[in-house]
Amino acid sequence: MSYVLRRLLATLPVMATVALIVFSLLHLSPGDPAHVLAGETATPDEVASIRAALGLERPFFERFADWSYSVITGNLGQSIFFGRPVADLILQRAVPSIALSLLALLIAVAIALPLGMFAAWRAGRVIDKMAMSFAVLGFSLPTFVLGYLLILFFSVHLRWLPVQGYVAPEDGAVSFLRHLILPALALGLVYAALIARVTRAAMLEVLGQDYMRTARAKGLGLWRMVVRHALKNAAVPIVTVIGIGFGMLISGVVVTETVFNVPGVGRLTVDAILRRDYPVIQGVVLVFSATYVLINLLVDLSYALFDPRVRR
Amino acid sequence: MNAPPATAGRVATELTRHPAIWIGGVILLLFIVAAVAAPWLGTIDPQRIRPLTRLRPPDADSWFGSDMIGRDVFSRTVYGARISLVVGITVALLSVAIGLVVGLVAGFVRWFDGVAMRVMDAMMAIPSILLAVALIALTGASLQNVIFAITAAEVPRVARLVRAVVIVLRERPFVEAARVVGTPFVALLWRHVLPNTLAPLLVQGSYILASAVLIEAALSFIGAGTPPAVPSWGNMIAEGRAVFQIAPHIVLFPGIALAITVLAVNLVGDGLRDALDPRLERR
Repeated sequence: MSYVLRRLLATLPVMATVALIVFSLLHLSPGDPAHVLAGETATPDEVASIRAALGLERPFFERFADWSYSVITGNLGQSIFFGRPVADLILQRAVPSIALSLLALLIAVAIALPLGMFAAWRAGRVIDKMAMSFAVLGFSLPTFVLGYLLILFFSVHLRWLPVQGYVAPEDGAVSFLRHLILPALALGLVYAALIARVTRAAMLEVLGQDYMRTARAKGLGLWRMVVRHALKNAAVPIVTVIGIGFGMLISGVVVTETVFNVPGVGRLTVDAILRRDYPVIQGVVLVFSATYVLINLLVDLSYALFDPRVRR
Repeated sequence: MNAPPATAGRVATELTRHPAIWIGGVILLLFIVAAVAAPWLGTIDPQRIRPLTRLRPPDADSWFGSDMIGRDVFSRTVYGARISLVVGITVALLSVAIGLVVGLVAGFVRWFDGVAMRVMDAMMAIPSILLAVALIALTGASLQNVIFAITAAEVPRVARLVRAVVIVLRERPFVEAARVVGTPFVALLWRHVLPNTLAPLLVQGSYILASAVLIEAALSFIGAGTPPAVPSWGNMIAEGRAVFQIAPHIVLFPGIALAITVLAVNLVGDGLRDALDPRLERR
């Protein structure tokens, strides 16, 4: 069986188990699932009709199978507050969140790769210690605290960028970017710290190898040596941590969108918490977890690009 | 991994060789002392509302200023350390204890291993804040539920770590030898397995403490954490949100306290990692 197919199949049990956990949260918790799904303001009739639809008298796994089928077909349930399908609400809010995550990822990689490589090259020297201190600091600054510091400095003090809000890309690309740059920076910095640390460790490992000494002896230029030989061989741990760290990025999206008032899926989640809209929370958990699993599937598949041995 | 026994002298040498441990440790200790001694540190009742001194900037009388309903930000920040540290330390202890049991059983009992690790993989696929949000949405916002929800999100990391250690140990000659001569299982665990999980657990435990403090603050910030009346750092930052541009001190002081606490714990964690794993340090 090919590597790609094998990896694809391996994600299915993980997704199924994630779905089982999410389903069990609601159905095995002490409360009445029908009450939770109907919301606090529901009339007894509404609760009764939801209870009938859930078929709570049926065996657990039968209900789980039914629910899973509807989730696969894109039915994530109804929002209590909006009275609309949860899937529609999430789709509607997807663009700001995706744009924010991608820009944060871009910023993180752009900071972390050079920083980690440089620190490894100058390992043990002052510059390395400074870079790694930055990484520990970046790792400890909560995204929302950093967000407020950035707003205070760049928006309130210098007045360079808008304080918060969001402009859709079709309403002006420049304005779109100006609104997104600070949230992406706040979100990306923690991620950058994580990637920089792993990049440094991976590069140190590679730089100590015999073939790097050979490359240097051959008189290869620094650039060719670092990028063609070292970075390619250090790539597997680096893309791995980018994948693992994506969970952190998703958690960060929820917080960052609240700080900067970005109308994305994170903001939808926070509003759902305040409105006690459990179907929305459940849908968001499913969609974000699926995204995380997919990202890590892509990471696994990318190994084949860097390491031909994996393709077997 | 079989380190020489820890004597006072050896501990002292390690500490001087890894300043991160004691720098972080001292800061953390200061926060713990401040949290315990909160009532005697020049604080007033953190819940006392004084409408006449709303939004007062920091000055000599009220060091951190006051918030939008006149509560003293310094007092609230000091009392907030209690919440953060209680959550962080409890979650770290609970996750290490539960994860240790799950990991040990998974490492020795094959049929349990497959099931438990699939569940742990799936739990790690759910972003930790969202798992906590879902649990709290079902159980209600209280300090216990916050601790429970964050622990649920952290246990898989410990369980996987312990299992990995056990699986390597299981095949090692000294464990096999102990089994062959009929060492009771509990003695085998106690004498040979547990001591070898101690170092990685200590490091992982400190990272979990840092992460739990962060997640608690983030949960409170988005309204899924400690109840609003509780002076936790996340709640304070959430309350100061609306007036951030005119009174940034309400957000900044708890924010800085939070960042310093997490930094201190991470420093201890990094230092312990370097001290306990000499292989990594020399890089």
